[in-house]
Amino acid sequence: MGAGIDLDNVVCDFGSFRAVDNVNVSIKPGEFFSFLGPSGCGKTTILRMISGFNDPTSGAIRIGGAPTLGKRPNQRPTALIFQNLALFPLMTIWENIAFGLEMRGMGRAERRAKADELLALVDLQGAADKMVSQLSGGQKQRVAIARALAVEPQVMLLDEPLSALDLKLRQHMRAELRAIQKRTGVTFIYITHDQGEALAMSDRVGVMSQGRLQQVADPRDIYNNPVNGFVASFVGENNIFTGAVGATSSGMARFDTAHGQFRARLGETGGAAVKLYVRPEHTLFTTDAGVENSVPVTVQEVAFEGSFISVHATSDSGASLVAELRNDGSQLIPEAGQKGFMTFAAERASILPDGIVRAK
Amino acid sequence: MGELLKRYGGTLTGAFILLTGFWLLMLIILPNLALFETSFRPYLPVVDMGGPLDTYSVNNYAKFFESPGPMSIFGLELSIPLRAQTFINTVFYSIIVTVVAFVFSYPIAFYLAKVVRPKSVPTLILLLFIPLWVSEALRAFAWYIILTLNGPLNAVLVGMGVLEKAVRWQQGVLTNYDAIVIGLVYNYILFMLFPIYNAMTSLDSNQIEAAQDLGAPAWKTHLRIVLPHSKPGIASGSVMVFMLAAGSLLVPTTLGSTRSNWFTQTIQQAMLESQDWNTGAAYSFLYLLLCTVVVFGVMRLFKVRLSDIAR
Amino acid sequence: MMTDKMRKVLYHLYMGSFLFYLLVPLVIMSGAAFNNNKTPSVYPWKGFSWQWFIELWNDGTMWTSFGNTIWVALAVVALAVPLGTAGAILINSVTGMTRSVLYFFMVAPILAPGAVIGISTILFWNKLSVPVGLHLSVLGQVSYIAAFVMLLVLARLQSFDQNLEEAALDLGATHNQVLRRILLPHLYPAIGAGAAIAFFQSIENFNVTLFTRGTQNTLTVYVFSKVRSGITPSINALAFMLIALTLIAALVYELRRRRQAALEAAREEEGRRASDAEIA
Ligand SMILES: Nc1ncnc2c1ncn2[C@@H]1O[C@H](COP(=O)(O)OP(=O)(O)OP(=O)(O)O)[C@@H](O)[C@H]1O
Ligand SMILES: [Mg+2]
Repeated sequence: MGAGIDLDNVVCDFGSFRAVDNVNVSIKPGEFFSFLGPSGCGKTTILRMISGFNDPTSGAIRIGGAPTLGKRPNQRPTALIFQNLALFPLMTIWENIAFGLEMRGMGRAERRAKADELLALVDLQGAADKMVSQLSGGQKQRVAIARALAVEPQVMLLDEPLSALDLKLRQHMRAELRAIQKRTGVTFIYITHDQGEALAMSDRVGVMSQGRLQQVADPRDIYNNPVNGFVASFVGENNIFTGAVGATSSGMARFDTAHGQFRARLGETGGAAVKLYVRPEHTLFTTDAGVENSVPVTVQEVAFEGSFISVHATSDSGASLVAELRNDGSQLIPEAGQKGFMTFAAERASILPDGIVRAK
Repeated sequence: MGELLKRYGGTLTGAFILLTGFWLLMLIILPNLALFETSFRPYLPVVDMGGPLDTYSVNNYAKFFESPGPMSIFGLELSIPLRAQTFINTVFYSIIVTVVAFVFSYPIAFYLAKVVRPKSVPTLILLLFIPLWVSEALRAFAWYIILTLNGPLNAVLVGMGVLEKAVRWQQGVLTNYDAIVIGLVYNYILFMLFPIYNAMTSLDSNQIEAAQDLGAPAWKTHLRIVLPHSKPGIASGSVMVFMLAAGSLLVPTTLGSTRSNWFTQTIQQAMLESQDWNTGAAYSFLYLLLCTVVVFGVMRLFKVRLSDIAR
Repeated sequence: MMTDKMRKVLYHLYMGSFLFYLLVPLVIMSGAAFNNNKTPSVYPWKGFSWQWFIELWNDGTMWTSFGNTIWVALAVVALAVPLGTAGAILINSVTGMTRSVLYFFMVAPILAPGAVIGISTILFWNKLSVPVGLHLSVLGQVSYIAAFVMLLVLARLQSFDQNLEEAALDLGATHNQVLRRILLPHLYPAIGAGAAIAFFQSIENFNVTLFTRGTQNTLTVYVFSKVRSGITPSINALAFMLIALTLIAALVYELRRRRQAALEAAREEEGRRASDAEIA
């Protein structure tokens, strides 16, 4: 069964460079938790601290409630899946999978049986005696998972395990990983810089930037209610307006911009500089004047994308706006050159801090 | 170092350090210090060691400059100490050996790297390697057989009418060192060939074709493209061949005559025949100095690092 | 103007004569082993004879020297391999100035003249009251042969994925197990090559041995002394057998290498095909 993980004010410095900055999060037992963030934001470092390859400069990590301080990697109930898989090239597939058991002194026959069992779990029957180089990318992936599962960890740590795969296979493996996690009940901590991956697989996502955790929430909340401009931009596209907050009432606020006055939800601004963010799929085209939150525009381009239609327009005041309209006839699709209005519902628009959460 | 501890733990890391320490200290650094120290002490009978006569001096080095004799260098008639003459000859003919080895092996290196079908390269290299598997003593001995007065070389040359009568090659024909140079080139040419070949394999063939495409004649392509690219290999090969040639004792002794002296023979006489280890140490130290100067000189000249040479 | 074809022909010719130049002395030397002549020569040919092989077989000093050579070589391998491997692992884990200094001291003996290595070895151990003898030849040889092992292992280490060690640690391996099961298996080809090179370098060695051996002989020293004092073609018989042996060894090695390479290529091909099938 899975174990929970708590990170308390975890900091990791490399020399004068702070790779992980005061991270606080509690990951629940049996949860599929993803750390999402751009390259170099400190994701791998967090994983290495949980598995015991790096020590936090300060702060504490608890696994299943027990402090980890001073425990070596092989004394922790975690199993790490490396970014490059790190399969042992000189051993056969089953020897790879049974390596952890061998280290624990299990007999050969028993190991072999366990390896076969795990091979069945990851759907690789018959590959036991092959060498690593004989497998395809996806198969290697599964061997890595089986090898990690063999030691019956309470926590699996996965460092961008799909990044080396082709797009199609990646999507297939997403479902597979999720299924294995559900089947085993092990806590999965998953690292990725691919927002689609994180949103599709996870119970909860932690979005990171420059060593700091920006937001922890379930995928819907991350997408629909981002806490700041960084999260909003990292997990999706936006129409963005600069301006100033006017009168506020019960979570909503007036927002004054060069392109007009809008009404929108007011996020936690903390006194920082703010902008207004609206998703393209929450933006509509209309010919009716006088609707709330509308900007007069001229349509520049209408691109057919299959499941949706993307409309690029320029406002009379000079802003570029994008709307993604459903391809089911329920929404008005303009033509290039047409004049009209881009509009959005106040509940779908957020006034958010411009940048990221920085160190205090 | 922290990484080592993390991966292998204290015991193993300690073992690594201990082993390396033994190697560097007991086998390299301290022996050379002993050489240095010994070279400044007088050669004494055992009873006098540690006695009042056992004082440091440069007397051993002074022997290097004793007993001058005539020597002509590039037409200049000079009076130079005998051992210094040997030293100069050794350096000079080692350079000749190096140059000859380079000239002969460069085309072969290029042939292996860029001309011949890649499939035949492993076989050719295996063939080229055969002499290396045979010991140096035997390779020198082979040339001893070839060059003797009644040997096959004279027989062939006289038979073809190139020579009127057999020649004493070991006594020298052009110079006193002919036979030695022939033997050294044969013994060490592969140490020139393989580094150059290695350097050339990393040259992109497209560069050669591009140069030819731009109208460069073959020799210019070599001068401007191939040669500069092979520089680390040439440096490495030259240092190796020079060192091996200058340090060889087998070849000069087997193939030389009384008229050709190699500096290693001078050292050997001091060490083993006179049993004067102190003078031997002094000569050795001078020799070591020479080698250091050559290695660093070549590194400077070719702008390469030690790791390029030692491979 | 020379055409490309002519140039190629010239190159082939040159390569041919180069091989001729390298191999003919060995052939001549081997041939002399069978010549019924008191001095080693192929010319004039006085008829075929096995007598020099028989004389070699009955040469007691030769056998002692041969035995000594093997013992020295084995001792050199036994010392140079662990020293060179430890040195490589250590130097691979440090950077900057420390690395350069370590590297210099490790590699310098390769470039130093063998005579100087031999002399410094006896002088140092003499100060510790260790007499001359083949044991000092071993130590002297190891000082530079370990560097060959180090260079080979270091090159191999550079292609080593350190994640493998972390993966093993993560799966519960102890430090010893990481070394034995992960690192050493990866290094074995280099260690094996290093051992072979160490063995042959030691057999070859003359300069260091001559100064450190005391009164004991190794094969090279024995051949050398024979060449200086009266030679009989039994030396050629010895040379012939050594050449034949190394030829066979080289052949076996080459065949095994090819088979191994083919096997590995086939596996990778299978992996590639599986990947392609996966995407389709
Ligand atoms: N051992 C180290 N020494 C110094 N700096 C390091 C070390 N490890 C990581 N860093 C730095 O810490 C930062 C975070 O690294 P980390 O590997 O955690 O990023 P990441 O989010 O996993 O990125 P990626 O998506 O590229 O894998 C990077 O800027 C990196 O350069
Ligand atoms: Mg990473």
